[in-house]
Amino acid sequence: MVDDHNSQKTVIDEKRRRFLVNMLSIAGSVSALGALMPFVSSCLPSMKSRADAGPMRVGVSHLKPGQQMTVLWRGKPVWIIHRTPEMLLELAKPNPDLRDAESKVPQQPTYAVNDYRSIKPEYLVLVGICTHLGCTPLYKPKEFYCPCHGSRFDLAGRVFKHVPAPINLEVPPYRFINEHVIEIGEEVL
Amino acid sequence: MSRLGDWINDRLPYRRLWKQHASEYLVPNNLNFYYLFGSLALLILCNQLVTGFWLTLFYTPTAHDAFHSIQSIMRDVNYGWLFRYMHTTGASALFIVLYLHIFRGLLYGSYQKPRELVWILGMFLFFLLVLEACFGYLLPWGQLSFWGGSVMTSLASTIPYVGDTLVLWIRGDYSVSDVTLHRFFALHVIGIPFCVLFVVGLHVFTLRQVGPNNPTGVELPLTQKIPFHPFYTLKDGVAALGFCILFFAVVFFFPDMYGYFLDPMNTTPANVLMTPDAITPLWYMAPFYAMLRAIPHKLLGVMVMGGSMALLLFMPWLDKSVVRAVKNKNRYAQIALIFLVVSFISLGVLGMQEITPMKLVLARGFTILYFAYFILMPWYSRVDKTCEA
Repeated sequence: MVDDHNSQKTVIDEKRRRFLVNMLSIAGSVSALGALMPFVSSCLPSMKSRADAGPMRVGVSHLKPGQQMTVLWRGKPVWIIHRTPEMLLELAKPNPDLRDAESKVPQQPTYAVNDYRSIKPEYLVLVGICTHLGCTPLYKPKEFYCPCHGSRFDLAGRVFKHVPAPINLEVPPYRFINEHVIEIGEEVL
Repeated sequence: MSRLGDWINDRLPYRRLWKQHASEYLVPNNLNFYYLFGSLALLILCNQLVTGFWLTLFYTPTAHDAFHSIQSIMRDVNYGWLFRYMHTTGASALFIVLYLHIFRGLLYGSYQKPRELVWILGMFLFFLLVLEACFGYLLPWGQLSFWGGSVMTSLASTIPYVGDTLVLWIRGDYSVSDVTLHRFFALHVIGIPFCVLFVVGLHVFTLRQVGPNNPTGVELPLTQKIPFHPFYTLKDGVAALGFCILFFAVVFFFPDMYGYFLDPMNTTPANVLMTPDAITPLWYMAPFYAMLRAIPHKLLGVMVMGGSMALLLFMPWLDKSVVRAVKNKNRYAQIALIFLVVSFISLGVLGMQEITPMKLVLARGFTILYFAYFILMPWYSRVDKTCEA
């Protein structure tokens, strides 16, 4: 410390000094944390993004049995497939070749944890993104086949064993507004 | 913990640097209110860098989307309005602080030997920041952005022979367009900030080399010097907090400052086919704009405007006085400084208004007074207070 230019030495109150420094540090840290909040919050989705990410309604009455339609929801392809009675019969049978037959991994809402992974058996709603590395699988008569690395899923979106994909295809949150209209997605708070 | 400190110190001598620049950097004990503006300017510069960077996360630098992206920042992005207002208020705050900082230099003769280079580097910084503000103003792509940008870039056309080509080169197109917006964006976000940071470093370095001046203008003995830390670090800290109170009061309650910080004309998207009734620059360019309008000749007007800023560079050689501080100088010098301040402020007021014959006369008068401060200085600064000859 540099000597005071008075001839007497100044008496330093260490306790008070430490108290002041601590109080200032706490106040400073709280302020710094507070100042950080707008930066963090601003990088979360904006109001427009949240509005665009809200639910979308799709009419399904035009879908013939066996037909698939694809809509874009939150930038992702979502399939709606009108399954035939034959497909439903096949799905009802137990299949030992499935990795997660009972949908234990949380890739679907609770109302889709059943043999058909859907609310109404005739209509399958799936996010069409392979759970391996993100390609869009092809809709084949007996299964979904992903051309990128050969993953296969049954017609309820359940993944087969011995393929690269680890989990079932995702079922998005959805509900039936009425007989003919599905609303995909939920309101973003 | 101190072993870690030793390890770092052996490789990066932070302890020596701390002593040299803070805890044992001796500085006059009488530095007053006017000496706060340097560190305040640095604080605001940091604010501009941080909020400016943040804005580039959400801004789109194309003529088609620029205006809309800023509306999105204001309305859709969480806290977008806060960062946008911090950036615009920061720009005006920076110029307030800089004008006061420069005034301190004039008041206490800080530009005199051995601090001439500190002063010159400081003036370069001022020119750079004026450019930065001009480039930044185009980015919102509002009516004033576009038309102000057209006026500013056409200033270069006054240069004989190369003028028109120069304007074409600056704009990159046959009028201010999307091309101009792209390059002004790059200059505003990267080009100039890097230069500013570098010159700020040099400015502080050259100052540290000789130490600061003080309000008496006389070099003080060591017994009247105190270490920068803790005395001036804490004092500057208090000033920073006080500044933040004022700054955020503006940001939250009057961010457009009744049209001076954010002009309402600029809330209209740029329309190439419709010139606004009055194209005024923002308030901090108003004094120079008033001078430009006062001169009826195109090239001379630009030269006067540029000269009014450039003349400041020569202060160390214009001022022949043997003393530094204005309070120790003769009556002429003191009156001259008062006239300079009055002229500068009056020109600023006139620059924001429409021209009338009366105001034109006033603007010319004040321009002459402003220049008289500099041009007559070699004579009036030599008149000694005590001697007759």
